[in-house]
Amino acid sequence: MSETNGTARIGVYVCHCGTNIAGTVDVKAVAEYAAGLPGVLVSREYKYMCSDPGQELIRSDVHDHNLNRIVVASCSPLLHEHTFRTAAEKAGLNPYLASMVNIREQDSWVHLDKELATRKAIDLVRAAVRRIRFNKPLEKGHVAIDPNVLVVGGGIAGIHAALTMANAGKHVYLVEREPTIGGHMAKFDKTFPTLDCAACILTPKMTSVKAHKNITLMTLSEVTGINGYVGNYDVTVTRHPRYIHEDLCAGCMQCIEACVYKQPRFDDEFNMGLGKRKPVYIPFPQAVPQVVLIDPETCIQFKKGTCKKTCVEACGDRHAIDFEQKDEVEKIKVGTVVLSTGFQAVAPEKVPYYRYGVYPNVYTSLEVERLINASGPTGGDVVLRDGTKPKSVGIIHCVGSRDEYTNRWCSRVCCMYSLKLAHLIKEHTDAEVFNFYIDMRTPGKGFEEFYQRLLKEGVHFIRGRVAEVTDWADDPTEEGKLVLRVEDTMSAFVRRIPVDMVVLSMGLEPHADAGEVRRLFNIGCGTEGFFTERHPKLAPVSTFTDGVFLAGCCQGPKDIPDTVAQAGAAAAEVLALIDAGSIEIEPNTAYVVEEACSGCRTCIGLCPYSAITFLDDKKKASVNPVLCKGCGTCVAGCPSGSLRQNLFEDEQIFEEIEGVLDYA
Amino acid sequence: MEIKRQMKHQKEATPEWAHQITKLPGCEKLFSCIQCGTCSGTCPLSIYMDYTPRRIMNLVREGFREDALASQTIWLCASCYSCTVRCPQQIQITDIMYTLKREAIKSRLFPKRFPIPALAREFYGMVSKNGRSSEMWLVMRMAMKSNPMILLTMIGTGWNLFKTGRMTLRREKIRRVSELPHENAKAMEVR
Amino acid sequence: MSEEYLYFPGCSLKATGRAYEESLLTLFRLLDIKLDELEDWNCCGATSYMSIDEEKAFALSARNLALAQKTGKKELLAPCAACYLVLKKTQDYVERYPSMREYVEASLKAANLPMGDKIRTRHPLEVLYNDIGLDRIRSKVVRKWTGGPVACYYGCQAVRPYYEVDKPVDPTRMEELLEAAGIPTVKYSLKTKCCGGSLTGTIHKVGVRLNAILLKEAARNGAKVVATLCPLCQFNLDAYQGEIRKQTQQNLDMPILYFTQLLGWALGGDARALGFRRSISGQAPMKQWLSASKEVAAHV
Repeated sequence: MSETNGTARIGVYVCHCGTNIAGTVDVKAVAEYAAGLPGVLVSREYKYMCSDPGQELIRSDVHDHNLNRIVVASCSPLLHEHTFRTAAEKAGLNPYLASMVNIREQDSWVHLDKELATRKAIDLVRAAVRRIRFNKPLEKGHVAIDPNVLVVGGGIAGIHAALTMANAGKHVYLVEREPTIGGHMAKFDKTFPTLDCAACILTPKMTSVKAHKNITLMTLSEVTGINGYVGNYDVTVTRHPRYIHEDLCAGCMQCIEACVYKQPRFDDEFNMGLGKRKPVYIPFPQAVPQVVLIDPETCIQFKKGTCKKTCVEACGDRHAIDFEQKDEVEKIKVGTVVLSTGFQAVAPEKVPYYRYGVYPNVYTSLEVERLINASGPTGGDVVLRDGTKPKSVGIIHCVGSRDEYTNRWCSRVCCMYSLKLAHLIKEHTDAEVFNFYIDMRTPGKGFEEFYQRLLKEGVHFIRGRVAEVTDWADDPTEEGKLVLRVEDTMSAFVRRIPVDMVVLSMGLEPHADAGEVRRLFNIGCGTEGFFTERHPKLAPVSTFTDGVFLAGCCQGPKDIPDTVAQAGAAAAEVLALIDAGSIEIEPNTAYVVEEACSGCRTCIGLCPYSAITFLDDKKKASVNPVLCKGCGTCVAGCPSGSLRQNLFEDEQIFEEIEGVLDYA
Repeated sequence: MEIKRQMKHQKEATPEWAHQITKLPGCEKLFSCIQCGTCSGTCPLSIYMDYTPRRIMNLVREGFREDALASQTIWLCASCYSCTVRCPQQIQITDIMYTLKREAIKSRLFPKRFPIPALAREFYGMVSKNGRSSEMWLVMRMAMKSNPMILLTMIGTGWNLFKTGRMTLRREKIRRVSELPHENAKAMEVR
Repeated sequence: MSEEYLYFPGCSLKATGRAYEESLLTLFRLLDIKLDELEDWNCCGATSYMSIDEEKAFALSARNLALAQKTGKKELLAPCAACYLVLKKTQDYVERYPSMREYVEASLKAANLPMGDKIRTRHPLEVLYNDIGLDRIRSKVVRKWTGGPVACYYGCQAVRPYYEVDKPVDPTRMEELLEAAGIPTVKYSLKTKCCGGSLTGTIHKVGVRLNAILLKEAARNGAKVVATLCPLCQFNLDAYQGEIRKQTQQNLDMPILYFTQLLGWALGGDARALGFRRSISGQAPMKQWLSASKEVAAHV
């Protein structure tokens, strides 16, 4: 197309922006120059184009002079593109027939020489005027939003988001990888700073999830595929076998009692390997769903096929056990996704100098949580590996955090949970407790007061990062203990402190498979691996993929109050999307001119948003305008030039280039 | 009992010096120090030092040049690299200590008659001229330059070494001394 | 992997560390591997030279690398842990800091020498572990070890800050080599704690105390011998046991031997060739097992 779209009747408006532009650029000269350009019928300069009178200028000029193109030379489109497009629309023009020239951020604000800045403004305006002759009217697209929601991850974030949206009447699919929901919070004993019992506040929410008519709970399940775009996602969920019929199991646990293994023999994952379980087990007494499961790795029936199957016998008429269960694939349709996949604790093997696994009485913080918990492997007794009570305990902050060798970031919650553990350990054992920290980070509500409480309880606070955990005794009082060598920077002594038990406050990091998950959902992650939010300050729960939202620690380490707040925020944004019913999509998308497409498929791999598909029947590429973000990569890459982009057609770009270069 | 006033005024600090130090090879990450104290905690000699390694890092950062360079710390450092491999900010503390040693020598701020800088300077002189060190002569020269009483304590060890054939009074020297950096420093175009 | 290495003795191995050179050459001969001493090598500079002038220190050390590279051989073996570290550090600094590279290159050029950046600096511990391998050592054992359990002491320069010789926290290659030769080892928490280096000579009290700690703990863990890979560590642990006996009030007479001496002994080497007479301490306990297995026993 080498003709313009009709005869252009252009209005040019050069804004002073107070002195922001006019202080450097001679706006009068620019307006005078523009008046002489072909196609320009009106050319004005005005103090504040974005103001009501400014916009009224445009409207009245369109009316009086029958203008059909508007060029506003002012600030960045990021600020006012919407303003001027709306002004054009109000004047009766298609909004995409108005364009902006940035002569502030890209001219008056970055240049000191007034003459050169003015010439640059003139060049830019000339280019824009030449380009806009080739603008064509465009319409925004609309996409309907399926009201169903997918929540991935059933920790406190996923639970809260799911309940909020379900209460609003939306149907939620909550997919959880573990056999029970509850996440890490279910493992805690008490939570800071109020020392609320974690299970007491969590389990009511967990049972609400199960009971809610609007929530479909899928545990021991994973999302294995997702296709589509905002408002229209086709999700594949793979449900792994429990070898138990969920709807038949009453949760009576007779099968566990009757198992041929009289004593539990296998490492209990929920209790961090500190306790034992049988091959048929339930993760913890308040698990939701309240259904047992069988571990094929340890069950004799699976390993040898020769078990007496006393469990089946005990189950009796219910017939809930089914050794033949297989992976089941379910397909669901949702409009939006909330990712709340949580975190993993840094593995203590990453910090070998603290000798976890070498000296038996070195524990991780999660292990100690289970010891403290009354439903843990020791019934709430904080004891060493030999069953005796420790008389002295050292808690080391910042393990696997603030460290170039493991993770650079601060894990945000460890100072607070280390204080909590100090309090609980003291309560359970009356031991002398030492906390070793680099900085005491207690920013939340009630957090500093909690620190004060611990100070008054007589816990030792030593500001210094523990350099060594050693069993070498320098004198008899250190025999048989673990000696912590540390610089007490505040007293200015290098100290050797013998303790019975060492607790490592492990940091938080993304799950090992976070990279795969984010690629599955087509979102980004930072260099540390946490999922990337759309804007760190102003959009913390949405992502660059429309329709996919984040909640909880998968976006970055945080405590329970912040997690719940973020989950509520994600739910709110989902509900806003669903309530709007549909979303508008900008028309600056790429499109395929089918006759010219050779079916080479170069574009398909280039698209970062997976917006291009190959139509097998026609052997042509096809762009999904809902997924397309208008980045232009495919347009540039297409060897036959059959891919074009609205608002960035070749003619428009060439005109702009020639307009800029025409300064002779 | 001496009572000393210990206020540190900002006029005693030379912050530009800190920036100069960080530009030297090995010292780039000094400003990343979060003062965690792991270096002092792991250093086998920190309990003998007037300032622990962590404090030296801050003295440098704040520009207290004389305090840092006149300390015993930098000389007591055995270059065992424990601090360097344990520092969570990966600061090359051992290399910073070497830099401070060199600065102290250049500005003559090291403690007088302290055996360790004496040893370093004698070693430097001997190897620059001969290309190799002769251990016995080195020890003797070091003692003469710092504390001759050291030699008395070493008589037993000296005899043991002689008995086992591990002592040699030979003056070690390489053949092509002209290839040594000290010799051809003048011939070099650079510097 | 080559059957021929260039060998950089360093100043110590010709004087206080003589037993290291003797046992190294003997051991490698028993393994049919040729060691060629680098011709006209100079002092590596150790820690002292670096304390005076950094650029000259690297240029000094680089001369050895240049001479080694000129021979055309690919590997340079530096048994002294301090020499090993200085040579490696020279190559590291020259690669990382252009200003250092410039200086060293110019200094070598003035001496008509090339840059020694392609020669590989090796330590015998990891050469034996990686290039020769535990199986080959195991197959060459001809003498049963009767000297009691051994505590393996690595010191600092070989395992920090470069990790090619072994890992910095709880290294185990020396133990693995000795165990492959039929020599039992003990747990030793202080295996990488610094011996003080030259501090025994300058601030005597401090240096001796560091070594007293090391010896006491080795004995406490049941060790009858301490194996080392650094001549200064060997000297420090060996030469002051009289004083340490007085300080700790413990009857200590611990042989401090190079791991090459122990391996050489298991592989059938001669006591004199392995330099056992060079030890100051532990001659009495050594006499027992050195005489007991004088006969080369049947294959163990």
